Amino acid sequence: MNAAEIVPLITDLAYLLAAVLFILGLKRLSSPDTARSGNILGALGMFIAVLATLIDREIVTFAGIAAGITLGALIGVVAARAVKMTAMPQMVAIFNGLGGGASALVAADEYLRLARGSMAAAADVRITIVLSVLIGAVTFSGSMIAFGKLQEVITGRAVTYPLQKTINALLFLGIAAAGALLVVSEPSVPVFTGLAAASLVLGVLLVIPIGGADMPVVISLLNSYSGLAAAATGFVLHNYVLIISGALVGASGIILTQIMCRAMNRSLGNVLFGAFGAAAAAGPGAAAAADRGVRDISAEDASILMAYARSVVIVPGYGLAVAQAQHLVRDLANALEARGVDVKYAIHPVAGRMPGHMNVLLAEANVPYDRLYEMERINPEFERTDVALVIGANDVVNPAARSQPDSPLYGMPILDVDRARHVIVMKRSMNPGFAGVDNELFYRENTRMLFGDAKKSLESLVRELKAVPA
Amino acid sequence: MEGLLIALYVFVLAIFIGFEVINKVPQILHTPLMSGSNAISGISLIGAILVAGRLEGPTSAAIGVLAVVLATVNVVGGFLVTDRMLQMFRRRREGSK
Repeated sequence: MNAAEIVPLITDLAYLLAAVLFILGLKRLSSPDTARSGNILGALGMFIAVLATLIDREIVTFAGIAAGITLGALIGVVAARAVKMTAMPQMVAIFNGLGGGASALVAADEYLRLARGSMAAAADVRITIVLSVLIGAVTFSGSMIAFGKLQEVITGRAVTYPLQKTINALLFLGIAAAGALLVVSEPSVPVFTGLAAASLVLGVLLVIPIGGADMPVVISLLNSYSGLAAAATGFVLHNYVLIISGALVGASGIILTQIMCRAMNRSLGNVLFGAFGAAAAAGPGAAAAADRGVRDISAEDASILMAYARSVVIVPGYGLAVAQAQHLVRDLANALEARGVDVKYAIHPVAGRMPGHMNVLLAEANVPYDRLYEMERINPEFERTDVALVIGANDVVNPAARSQPDSPLYGMPILDVDRARHVIVMKRSMNPGFAGVDNELFYRENTRMLFGDAKKSLESLVRELKAVPA
Repeated sequence: MEGLLIALYVFVLAIFIGFEVINKVPQILHTPLMSGSNAISGISLIGAILVAGRLEGPTSAAIGVLAVVLATVNVVGGFLVTDRMLQMFRRRREGSK
Protein backbone atom coordinates (compact mmCIF):
# COMPACT_ATOMS: atom_id res chain seq x y z
CA MET A 1 0.00 0.00 0.00
CA ASN A 2 1.19 3.50 -0.77
CA ALA A 3 0.39 6.72 1.03
CA ALA A 4 -2.55 7.50 -1.26
CA GLU A 5 -4.24 4.29 -0.10
CA ILE A 6 -3.26 4.48 3.55
CA VAL A 7 -4.67 7.92 4.31
CA PRO A 8 -8.30 7.10 3.37
CA LEU A 9 -7.96 3.86 5.29
CA ILE A 10 -6.85 5.72 8.42
CA THR A 11 -9.71 8.17 7.96
CA ASP A 12 -12.26 5.38 7.68
CA LEU A 13 -10.91 3.52 10.70
CA ALA A 14 -10.96 6.76 12.71
CA TYR A 15 -14.61 7.22 11.71
CA LEU A 16 -15.36 3.72 12.93
CA LEU A 17 -13.67 4.52 16.23
CA ALA A 18 -15.73 7.71 16.50
CA ALA A 19 -18.97 5.78 15.91
CA VAL A 20 -17.98 3.26 18.60
CA LEU A 21 -17.21 6.08 21.04
CA PHE A 22 -20.62 7.65 20.38
CA ILE A 23 -22.37 4.37 21.17
CA LEU A 24 -20.28 3.76 24.30
CA GLY A 25 -20.88 7.33 25.38
CA LEU A 26 -24.66 6.97 25.05
CA LYS A 27 -24.49 3.65 26.93
CA ARG A 28 -22.86 5.40 29.86
CA LEU A 29 -25.85 7.74 30.08
CA SER A 30 -27.76 4.85 31.67
CA SER A 31 -26.66 6.02 35.12
CA PRO A 32 -25.94 9.46 36.60
CA ASP A 33 -22.68 8.02 38.00
CA THR A 34 -21.21 7.30 34.58
CA ALA A 35 -23.08 9.86 32.49
CA ARG A 36 -20.47 12.58 32.62
CA SER A 37 -17.72 10.27 31.38
CA GLY A 38 -20.10 9.14 28.64
CA ASN A 39 -20.54 12.68 27.39
CA ILE A 40 -16.75 13.10 27.37
CA LEU A 41 -16.40 9.90 25.31
CA GLY A 42 -18.87 11.36 22.81
CA ALA A 43 -16.88 14.60 22.60
CA LEU A 44 -13.69 12.57 22.12
CA GLY A 45 -15.36 10.67 19.27
CA MET A 46 -16.28 13.95 17.63
CA PHE A 47 -12.74 15.28 18.02
CA ILE A 48 -11.28 12.15 16.39
CA ALA A 49 -13.78 12.34 13.52
CA VAL A 50 -12.88 15.98 12.86
CA LEU A 51 -9.13 15.29 12.94
CA ALA A 52 -9.57 12.36 10.55
CA THR A 53 -11.50 14.60 8.16
CA LEU A 54 -8.81 17.27 8.14
CA ILE A 55 -6.28 14.83 6.63
CA ASP A 56 -8.67 14.02 3.77
CA ARG A 57 -7.14 14.50 0.31
CA GLU A 58 -10.08 16.55 -0.91
CA ILE A 59 -9.25 19.32 1.51
CA VAL A 60 -6.88 21.81 -0.02
CA THR A 61 -7.56 25.00 1.89
CA PHE A 62 -7.74 25.33 5.64
CA ALA A 63 -8.37 29.06 6.15
CA GLY A 64 -12.15 28.87 5.90
CA ILE A 65 -12.30 25.78 8.09
CA ALA A 66 -10.13 27.36 10.78
CA ALA A 67 -12.17 30.58 10.75
CA GLY A 68 -15.47 28.71 10.86
CA ILE A 69 -14.44 26.41 13.69
CA THR A 70 -13.00 29.28 15.74
CA LEU A 71 -16.12 31.40 15.39
CA GLY A 72 -18.46 28.47 16.00
CA ALA A 73 -16.53 27.27 19.04
CA LEU A 74 -16.52 30.76 20.51
CA ILE A 75 -20.29 31.11 20.14
CA GLY A 76 -20.79 27.59 21.47
CA VAL A 77 -18.67 28.15 24.58
CA VAL A 78 -20.32 31.45 25.43
CA ALA A 79 -23.83 30.07 24.89
CA ALA A 80 -23.20 26.90 26.90
CA ARG A 81 -21.79 28.86 29.83
CA ALA A 82 -24.34 31.66 29.86
CA VAL A 83 -27.59 29.73 29.43
CA LYS A 84 -29.82 29.40 32.48
CA MET A 85 -31.03 25.90 33.28
CA THR A 86 -34.63 27.07 32.95
CA ALA A 87 -33.81 28.15 29.39
CA MET A 88 -32.38 24.76 28.42
CA PRO A 89 -35.30 23.85 26.10
CA GLN A 90 -34.72 26.96 23.96
CA MET A 91 -31.00 26.23 23.88
CA VAL A 92 -31.50 22.66 22.72
CA ALA A 93 -34.01 23.90 20.12
CA ILE A 94 -31.46 26.32 18.67
CA PHE A 95 -28.64 23.78 18.63
CA ASN A 96 -30.96 21.30 16.93
CA GLY A 97 -31.79 23.85 14.29
CA LEU A 98 -28.14 24.70 13.63
CA GLY A 99 -27.27 21.02 13.19
CA GLY A 100 -30.14 20.60 10.75
CA GLY A 101 -29.12 23.77 8.92
CA ALA A 102 -25.53 22.57 8.56
CA SER A 103 -26.73 19.24 7.13
CA ALA A 104 -28.94 21.03 4.61
CA LEU A 105 -26.10 23.36 3.55
CA VAL A 106 -23.74 20.44 2.94
CA ALA A 107 -26.33 18.69 0.79
CA ALA A 108 -27.06 21.95 -1.04
CA ASP A 109 -23.41 22.34 -1.95
CA GLU A 110 -23.32 18.78 -3.27
CA TYR A 111 -26.23 19.66 -5.53
CA LEU A 112 -24.51 22.80 -6.81
CA ARG A 113 -21.45 20.71 -7.67
CA LEU A 114 -23.67 18.26 -9.45
CA ALA A 115 -25.27 21.10 -11.39
CA ARG A 116 -21.82 22.34 -12.41
CA GLY A 117 -21.12 18.87 -13.71
CA SER A 118 -18.13 18.30 -11.45
CA MET A 119 -19.76 15.22 -9.96
CA ALA A 120 -21.39 12.13 -11.41
CA ALA A 121 -25.14 12.41 -10.97
CA ALA A 122 -26.56 8.98 -10.22
CA ALA A 123 -30.24 8.87 -9.25
CA ASP A 124 -29.50 7.65 -5.73
CA VAL A 125 -27.27 10.67 -5.08
CA ARG A 126 -30.04 13.02 -6.18
CA ILE A 127 -32.65 11.29 -4.03
CA THR A 128 -30.50 11.53 -0.93
CA ILE A 129 -29.63 15.18 -1.64
CA VAL A 130 -33.30 16.11 -1.93
CA LEU A 131 -34.17 14.29 1.31
CA SER A 132 -31.22 15.79 3.11
CA VAL A 133 -32.12 19.37 2.13
CA LEU A 134 -35.80 18.81 2.94
CA ILE A 135 -35.21 17.34 6.42
CA GLY A 136 -32.38 19.72 7.26
CA ALA A 137 -34.33 22.82 6.25
CA VAL A 138 -37.50 21.74 8.09
CA THR A 139 -35.39 21.04 11.18
CA PHE A 140 -33.73 24.44 10.93
CA SER A 141 -36.80 26.64 10.52
CA GLY A 142 -39.01 24.48 12.77
CA SER A 143 -36.44 24.67 15.56
CA MET A 144 -36.14 28.43 15.22
CA ILE A 145 -39.92 28.77 15.64
CA ALA A 146 -39.82 26.42 18.63
CA PHE A 147 -37.08 28.61 20.09
CA GLY A 148 -39.16 31.72 19.50
CA LYS A 149 -42.16 30.20 21.26
CA LEU A 150 -40.16 28.95 24.24
CA GLN A 151 -38.30 32.24 24.56
CA GLU A 152 -41.65 34.01 24.14
CA VAL A 153 -40.30 36.11 21.29
CA ILE A 154 -43.40 34.98 19.41
CA THR A 155 -46.71 33.91 20.92
CA GLY A 156 -46.73 30.58 22.72
CA ARG A 157 -50.33 30.09 21.67
CA ALA A 158 -51.19 27.74 18.86
CA VAL A 159 -51.48 29.89 15.74
CA THR A 160 -54.32 28.77 13.52
CA TYR A 161 -55.89 30.12 10.34
CA PRO A 162 -58.43 28.86 7.82
CA LEU A 163 -57.41 26.02 5.52
CA GLN A 164 -54.25 25.47 7.55
CA LYS A 165 -54.01 21.74 6.90
CA THR A 166 -54.89 22.19 3.23
CA ILE A 167 -52.14 24.77 2.78
CA ASN A 168 -49.61 22.51 4.51
CA ALA A 169 -50.67 19.56 2.39
CA LEU A 170 -50.39 21.59 -0.82
CA LEU A 171 -46.98 22.86 0.18
CA PHE A 172 -45.85 19.34 0.91
CA LEU A 173 -47.16 18.11 -2.43
CA GLY A 174 -45.32 20.97 -4.15
CA ILE A 175 -42.10 19.94 -2.41
CA ALA A 176 -42.64 16.31 -3.37
CA ALA A 177 -43.22 17.30 -7.01
CA ALA A 178 -40.12 19.52 -7.09
CA GLY A 179 -38.14 16.71 -5.45
CA ALA A 180 -39.30 14.19 -8.05
CA LEU A 181 -38.43 16.62 -10.83
CA LEU A 182 -34.93 17.13 -9.42
CA VAL A 183 -34.38 13.38 -9.28
CA VAL A 184 -35.49 12.54 -12.82
CA SER A 185 -34.51 15.63 -14.82
CA GLU A 186 -31.32 17.52 -15.57
CA PRO A 187 -30.00 19.55 -12.64
CA SER A 188 -31.84 22.84 -12.18
CA VAL A 189 -30.60 25.33 -9.63
CA PRO A 190 -33.84 27.42 -9.62
CA VAL A 191 -36.01 24.35 -8.90
CA PHE A 192 -33.56 23.28 -6.22
CA THR A 193 -33.60 26.72 -4.58
CA GLY A 194 -37.39 26.65 -4.68
CA LEU A 195 -37.40 23.27 -2.95
CA ALA A 196 -35.09 24.54 -0.21
CA ALA A 197 -37.16 27.69 0.34
CA ALA A 198 -40.42 25.72 0.40
CA SER A 199 -38.90 23.33 2.94
CA LEU A 200 -38.00 26.25 5.19
CA VAL A 201 -41.57 27.53 4.96
CA LEU A 202 -42.90 24.04 5.71
CA GLY A 203 -40.83 23.91 8.91
CA VAL A 204 -42.38 27.19 10.06
CA LEU A 205 -45.93 26.16 9.18
CA LEU A 206 -45.60 22.80 10.92
CA VAL A 207 -44.57 24.30 14.26
CA ILE A 208 -46.68 27.49 14.54
CA PRO A 209 -49.98 25.63 15.11
CA ILE A 210 -48.51 23.86 18.13
CA GLY A 211 -49.14 25.38 21.57
CA GLY A 212 -46.41 26.20 24.08
CA ALA A 213 -47.46 23.40 26.42
CA ASP A 214 -46.77 20.84 23.69
CA MET A 215 -43.25 22.08 23.02
CA PRO A 216 -41.61 19.13 24.88
CA VAL A 217 -42.99 16.84 22.19
CA VAL A 218 -41.93 19.17 19.41
CA ILE A 219 -38.32 19.57 20.53
CA SER A 220 -38.05 15.81 20.98
CA LEU A 221 -39.31 15.35 17.45
CA LEU A 222 -37.01 18.03 16.03
CA ASN A 223 -34.16 16.32 17.89
CA SER A 224 -35.01 13.20 15.96
CA TYR A 225 -35.14 15.17 12.68
CA SER A 226 -31.71 16.68 13.29
CA GLY A 227 -30.36 13.14 13.56
CA LEU A 228 -32.15 12.05 10.41
CA ALA A 229 -30.82 15.14 8.60
CA ALA A 230 -27.26 14.18 9.55
CA ALA A 231 -27.91 10.59 8.42
CA ALA A 232 -29.32 11.81 5.10
CA THR A 233 -26.20 13.90 4.57
CA GLY A 234 -24.24 10.74 5.34
CA PHE A 235 -26.06 9.01 2.49
CA VAL A 236 -25.13 11.88 0.17
CA LEU A 237 -21.44 11.74 1.12
CA HIS A 238 -21.34 7.94 1.53
CA ASN A 239 -20.03 8.54 5.00
CA TYR A 240 -20.91 5.85 7.54
CA VAL A 241 -20.08 7.81 10.68
CA LEU A 242 -22.69 10.40 9.70
CA ILE A 243 -25.20 7.67 8.98
CA ILE A 244 -24.57 5.86 12.29
CA SER A 245 -24.55 9.00 14.43
CA GLY A 246 -27.63 10.33 12.69
CA ALA A 247 -29.45 7.02 13.23
CA LEU A 248 -28.55 7.01 16.95
CA VAL A 249 -29.86 10.54 17.44
CA GLY A 250 -32.91 9.82 15.30
CA ALA A 251 -33.75 6.82 17.50
CA SER A 252 -33.20 8.83 20.66
CA GLY A 253 -35.54 11.57 19.51
CA ILE A 254 -38.22 9.07 18.54
CA ILE A 255 -38.08 7.40 21.96
CA LEU A 256 -38.32 10.74 23.78
CA THR A 257 -41.20 11.80 21.54
CA GLN A 258 -43.08 8.60 22.40
CA ILE A 259 -42.47 9.04 26.12
CA MET A 260 -43.70 12.63 26.05
CA CYS A 261 -46.82 11.74 24.06
CA ARG A 262 -47.64 8.88 26.43
CA ALA A 263 -47.15 11.10 29.48
CA MET A 264 -49.51 13.70 28.01
CA ASN A 265 -51.99 11.07 26.90
CA ARG A 266 -51.95 12.39 23.35
CA SER A 267 -51.15 10.85 20.04
CA LEU A 268 -48.37 12.39 18.01
CA GLY A 269 -50.88 13.30 15.30
CA ASN A 270 -53.02 15.11 17.85
CA VAL A 271 -50.04 17.11 19.13
CA LEU A 272 -48.85 18.07 15.64
CA PHE A 273 -52.19 18.83 14.05
CA GLY A 274 -54.64 19.23 16.95
CA ALA A 275 -53.83 22.94 17.60
CA PHE A 276 -54.19 22.23 21.33
CA GLY A 277 -54.33 25.41 23.38
CA ALA A 278 -55.41 27.75 20.58
CA ALA A 279 -57.78 29.37 23.06
CA ALA A 280 -58.05 28.60 26.75
CA ALA A 281 -61.00 26.24 26.86
CA ALA A 282 -63.31 27.05 29.73
CA GLY A 283 -64.37 23.56 30.73
CA PRO A 284 -67.61 22.88 32.56
CA GLY A 285 -65.58 22.61 35.76
CA ALA A 286 -64.56 26.26 35.67
CA ALA A 287 -68.05 27.50 36.40
CA ALA A 288 -68.61 24.94 39.11
CA ALA A 289 -65.39 25.94 40.84
CA ALA A 290 -66.76 29.25 42.06
CA ASP A 291 -69.40 27.74 44.29
CA ARG A 292 -67.34 24.86 45.62
CA GLY A 293 -65.35 25.47 48.75
CA VAL A 294 -61.68 24.72 49.18
CA ARG A 295 -60.00 24.57 52.59
CA ASP A 296 -56.97 26.75 52.96
CA ILE A 297 -54.15 26.39 55.43
CA SER A 298 -51.66 28.84 56.92
CA ALA A 299 -47.93 28.42 56.50
CA GLU A 300 -47.70 27.87 60.23
CA ASP A 301 -50.17 24.97 60.28
CA ALA A 302 -48.63 23.50 57.14
CA SER A 303 -45.20 23.52 58.69
CA ILE A 304 -46.50 21.81 61.85
CA LEU A 305 -48.20 19.16 59.70
CA MET A 306 -44.93 18.42 57.89
CA ALA A 307 -42.71 18.70 60.95
CA TYR A 308 -44.45 15.80 62.69
CA ALA A 309 -44.79 13.69 59.54
CA ARG A 310 -42.69 10.60 58.92
CA SER A 311 -42.65 10.99 55.18
CA VAL A 312 -43.14 13.96 52.87
CA VAL A 313 -43.26 13.75 49.09
CA ILE A 314 -42.65 16.99 47.22
CA VAL A 315 -44.31 17.29 43.81
CA PRO A 316 -42.71 20.11 41.83
CA GLY A 317 -44.29 21.52 38.68
CA TYR A 318 -43.06 24.06 36.21
CA GLY A 319 -44.63 26.80 38.35
CA LEU A 320 -41.83 26.15 40.82
CA ALA A 321 -39.19 26.79 38.19
CA VAL A 322 -40.96 29.91 36.98
CA ALA A 323 -40.88 31.23 40.56
CA GLN A 324 -37.15 30.33 40.71
CA ALA A 325 -37.87 28.61 44.02
CA GLN A 326 -35.89 25.37 43.56
CA HIS A 327 -33.29 26.39 46.14
CA LEU A 328 -35.98 27.21 48.71
CA VAL A 329 -37.48 23.77 48.20
CA ARG A 330 -34.08 22.33 48.93
CA ASP A 331 -33.89 24.43 52.13
CA LEU A 332 -37.30 23.15 53.17
CA ALA A 333 -36.24 19.55 52.51
CA ASN A 334 -33.05 20.10 54.51
CA ALA A 335 -34.99 21.46 57.47
CA LEU A 336 -37.40 18.52 57.34
CA GLU A 337 -34.61 15.97 57.03
CA ALA A 338 -32.85 17.52 60.01
CA ARG A 339 -35.96 16.57 62.00
CA GLY A 340 -35.81 13.01 60.73
CA VAL A 341 -38.57 13.34 58.12
CA ASP A 342 -38.08 11.21 55.01
CA VAL A 343 -38.27 13.54 51.99
CA LYS A 344 -38.67 12.42 48.40
CA TYR A 345 -39.42 14.24 45.14
CA ALA A 346 -42.00 12.92 42.69
CA ILE A 347 -41.24 13.92 39.12
CA HIS A 348 -43.85 13.62 36.40
CA PRO A 349 -42.36 13.04 32.93
CA VAL A 350 -43.82 16.32 31.63
CA ALA A 351 -42.87 18.44 34.65
CA GLY A 352 -40.92 21.22 32.96
CA ARG A 353 -40.54 22.29 29.37
CA MET A 354 -38.62 19.35 27.93
CA PRO A 355 -38.05 15.69 28.82
CA GLY A 356 -36.26 15.44 32.18
CA HIS A 357 -36.16 19.20 32.65
CA MET A 358 -37.32 19.24 36.29
CA ASN A 359 -34.58 16.81 37.30
CA VAL A 360 -31.94 19.17 35.95
CA LEU A 361 -33.50 22.14 37.74
CA LEU A 362 -33.52 20.29 41.07
CA ALA A 363 -30.02 18.93 40.55
CA GLU A 364 -28.91 22.52 40.03
CA ALA A 365 -30.41 23.32 43.44
CA ASN A 366 -28.25 20.55 44.93
CA VAL A 367 -31.04 18.06 45.41
CA PRO A 368 -29.31 14.66 45.43
CA TYR A 369 -30.50 12.61 42.47
CA ASP A 370 -31.29 9.51 44.53
CA ARG A 371 -34.15 11.54 46.08
CA LEU A 372 -35.74 12.13 42.66
CA TYR A 373 -38.41 9.51 41.93
CA GLU A 374 -40.01 8.75 38.58
CA MET A 375 -43.78 8.45 38.46
CA GLU A 376 -43.88 4.64 38.30
CA ARG A 377 -41.63 4.33 41.33
CA ILE A 378 -43.32 6.89 43.56
CA ASN A 379 -47.00 6.17 42.87
CA PRO A 380 -47.22 3.00 45.00
CA GLU A 381 -45.68 4.99 47.88
CA PHE A 382 -48.30 7.73 48.17
CA GLU A 383 -50.57 5.49 50.28
CA ARG A 384 -47.84 5.39 52.91
CA THR A 385 -47.03 9.09 52.60
CA ASP A 386 -48.07 11.46 55.40
CA VAL A 387 -47.87 14.71 53.45
CA ALA A 388 -47.73 15.31 49.70
CA LEU A 389 -46.63 18.88 49.00
CA VAL A 390 -47.66 20.01 45.50
CA ILE A 391 -45.80 23.10 44.29
CA GLY A 392 -46.82 24.70 41.00
CA ALA A 393 -48.16 21.46 39.50
CA ASN A 394 -51.77 21.08 38.44
CA ASP A 395 -52.87 18.84 35.57
CA VAL A 396 -50.36 16.10 36.45
CA VAL A 397 -51.99 15.61 39.88
CA ASN A 398 -55.63 15.83 38.76
CA PRO A 399 -57.48 12.66 39.84
CA ALA A 400 -60.04 13.29 37.09
CA ALA A 401 -57.46 11.68 34.80
CA ARG A 402 -58.24 8.40 36.61
CA SER A 403 -61.91 8.75 37.38
CA GLN A 404 -63.77 11.01 34.93
CA PRO A 405 -64.08 9.59 31.42
CA ASP A 406 -65.52 12.90 30.16
CA SER A 407 -62.48 14.92 31.30
CA PRO A 408 -59.99 15.99 28.62
CA LEU A 409 -57.29 14.68 30.94
CA TYR A 410 -58.87 11.23 31.26
CA GLY A 411 -56.33 8.48 30.72
CA MET A 412 -53.29 10.67 31.28
CA PRO A 413 -50.86 9.04 33.72
CA ILE A 414 -50.79 11.16 36.89
CA LEU A 415 -49.04 11.28 40.23
CA ASP A 416 -51.49 9.78 42.75
CA VAL A 417 -50.97 12.47 45.39
CA ASP A 418 -54.64 12.28 46.46
CA ARG A 419 -53.83 8.92 48.05
CA ALA A 420 -51.50 10.52 50.58
CA ARG A 421 -52.84 11.11 54.10
CA HIS A 422 -52.60 14.89 53.70
CA VAL A 423 -52.13 16.95 50.58
CA ILE A 424 -50.90 20.54 50.67
CA VAL A 425 -51.24 22.38 47.38
CA MET A 426 -49.21 25.56 46.99
CA LYS A 427 -50.83 27.74 44.39
CA ARG A 428 -51.00 31.36 43.42
CA SER A 429 -54.73 31.36 42.65
CA MET A 430 -57.51 29.03 41.61
CA ASN A 431 -56.67 29.40 37.90
CA PRO A 432 -56.82 26.14 35.99
CA GLY A 433 -53.72 24.54 34.43
CA PHE A 434 -52.62 24.29 30.79
CA ALA A 435 -55.51 22.01 29.90
CA GLY A 436 -57.96 24.59 31.27
CA VAL A 437 -59.54 21.92 33.44
CA ASP A 438 -60.69 22.35 37.03
CA ASN A 439 -58.81 20.14 39.48
CA GLU A 440 -60.78 17.71 41.65
CA LEU A 441 -57.84 17.39 43.98
CA PHE A 442 -58.35 20.88 45.42
CA TYR A 443 -61.79 20.00 46.81
CA ARG A 444 -60.84 16.72 48.45
CA GLU A 445 -61.33 16.09 52.16
CA ASN A 446 -57.60 15.57 52.71
CA THR A 447 -56.44 18.58 50.66
CA ARG A 448 -55.43 21.98 52.03
CA MET A 449 -54.57 24.96 49.86
CA LEU A 450 -51.65 27.20 50.68
CA PHE A 451 -52.32 30.26 48.53
CA GLY A 452 -49.67 32.76 47.55
CA ASP A 453 -46.45 33.22 45.66
CA ALA A 454 -44.47 29.97 45.77
CA LYS A 455 -41.27 31.70 46.79
CA LYS A 456 -42.82 33.62 49.68
CA SER A 457 -44.81 30.61 50.88
CA LEU A 458 -41.70 28.45 50.91
CA GLU A 459 -39.77 31.10 52.80
CA SER A 460 -42.45 31.25 55.50
CA LEU A 461 -42.62 27.43 55.63
CA VAL A 462 -38.88 27.20 56.26
CA ARG A 463 -39.10 29.96 58.89
CA GLU A 464 -42.10 28.43 60.66
CA LEU A 465 -40.53 25.01 60.60
CA LYS A 466 -37.62 26.24 62.70
CA ALA A 467 -40.10 27.44 65.34
CA VAL A 468 -41.81 24.03 65.66
CA PRO A 469 -40.55 22.25 68.81
CA ALA A 470 -38.89 18.88 68.19
CA MET B 1 -26.92 1.68 -6.13
CA GLU B 2 -24.94 -0.98 -4.27
CA GLY B 3 -23.28 1.68 -2.15
CA LEU B 4 -26.69 3.05 -1.24
CA LEU B 5 -27.85 -0.38 -0.20
CA ILE B 6 -24.90 -0.94 2.13
CA ALA B 7 -25.48 2.51 3.60
CA LEU B 8 -29.11 1.58 4.19
CA TYR B 9 -28.02 -1.60 6.02
CA VAL B 10 -25.74 0.43 8.26
CA PHE B 11 -28.49 3.00 8.90
CA VAL B 12 -31.15 0.44 9.85
CA LEU B 13 -28.83 -1.54 12.13
CA ALA B 14 -27.64 1.66 13.82
CA ILE B 15 -31.26 2.63 14.52
CA PHE B 16 -31.71 -0.69 16.33
CA ILE B 17 -28.59 -0.05 18.39
CA GLY B 18 -29.93 3.42 19.13
CA PHE B 19 -33.23 2.04 20.42
CA GLU B 20 -31.48 -0.53 22.61
CA VAL B 21 -29.04 1.95 24.11
CA ILE B 22 -31.39 4.91 24.56
CA ASN B 23 -34.16 2.83 26.15
CA LYS B 24 -31.82 2.22 29.08
CA VAL B 25 -31.38 5.93 29.80
CA PRO B 26 -33.43 6.82 32.91
CA GLN B 27 -35.94 9.68 32.81
CA ILE B 28 -33.85 11.71 35.22
CA LEU B 29 -31.18 12.05 32.49
CA HIS B 30 -33.45 12.79 29.55
CA THR B 31 -32.48 16.46 29.24
CA PRO B 32 -28.73 15.73 29.14
CA LEU B 33 -29.53 12.87 26.75
CA MET B 34 -31.21 15.31 24.44
CA SER B 35 -28.49 17.92 24.52
CA GLY B 36 -25.74 15.27 24.31
CA SER B 37 -27.30 13.36 21.41
CA ASN B 38 -27.94 16.72 19.82
CA ALA B 39 -24.20 17.44 19.97
CA ILE B 40 -23.58 14.09 18.29
CA SER B 41 -25.94 15.04 15.47
CA GLY B 42 -23.55 17.94 14.88
CA ILE B 43 -21.42 15.27 13.18
CA SER B 44 -22.51 16.95 9.94
CA LEU B 45 -19.54 19.16 10.87
CA ILE B 46 -17.28 16.74 9.04
CA GLY B 47 -19.39 17.13 5.90
CA ALA B 48 -19.18 20.89 6.37
CA ILE B 49 -15.38 20.70 6.69
CA LEU B 50 -15.16 18.80 3.41
CA VAL B 51 -17.24 21.45 1.66
CA ALA B 52 -15.31 24.36 3.18
CA GLY B 53 -11.95 22.80 2.38
CA ARG B 54 -12.20 22.23 -1.35
CA LEU B 55 -11.62 24.89 -3.96
CA GLU B 56 -14.89 25.09 -5.88
CA GLY B 57 -15.48 28.82 -6.11
CA PRO B 58 -16.76 31.48 -3.74
CA THR B 59 -20.38 30.22 -3.42
CA SER B 60 -19.21 26.81 -2.33
CA ALA B 61 -16.68 28.30 0.07
CA ALA B 62 -19.29 30.56 1.65
CA ILE B 63 -21.76 27.69 2.04
CA GLY B 64 -19.01 25.53 3.52
CA VAL B 65 -17.80 28.07 6.06
CA LEU B 66 -21.36 28.89 7.14
CA ALA B 67 -22.06 25.18 7.59
CA VAL B 68 -18.86 24.79 9.63
CA VAL B 69 -19.90 27.64 11.93
CA LEU B 70 -23.41 26.25 12.48
CA ALA B 71 -22.22 22.70 13.09
CA THR B 72 -19.42 23.79 15.41
CA VAL B 73 -21.81 25.82 17.58
CA ASN B 74 -24.00 22.71 17.73
CA VAL B 75 -21.10 20.41 18.65
CA VAL B 76 -19.13 22.58 21.06
CA GLY B 77 -22.16 24.15 22.73
CA GLY B 78 -23.96 20.81 22.93
CA PHE B 79 -21.17 18.86 24.61
CA LEU B 80 -20.29 21.70 27.00
CA VAL B 81 -23.82 22.37 28.15
CA THR B 82 -24.37 18.65 28.66
CA ASP B 83 -21.26 18.47 30.80
CA ARG B 84 -22.46 21.48 32.78
CA MET B 85 -25.71 19.70 33.54
CA LEU B 86 -24.21 16.31 34.31
CA GLN B 87 -21.77 17.65 36.85
CA MET B 88 -24.73 18.88 38.88
CA PHE B 89 -26.11 15.38 39.40
CA ARG B 90 -24.77 14.31 42.77
CA ARG B 91 -25.57 11.59 45.26
CA ARG B 92 -26.74 12.25 48.79
CA ARG B 93 -23.41 12.40 50.62
CA GLU B 94 -21.76 14.87 48.27
CA GLY B 95 -25.00 16.81 47.85
CA SER B 96 -25.66 17.73 51.48
CA LYS B 97 -22.71 19.80 52.44
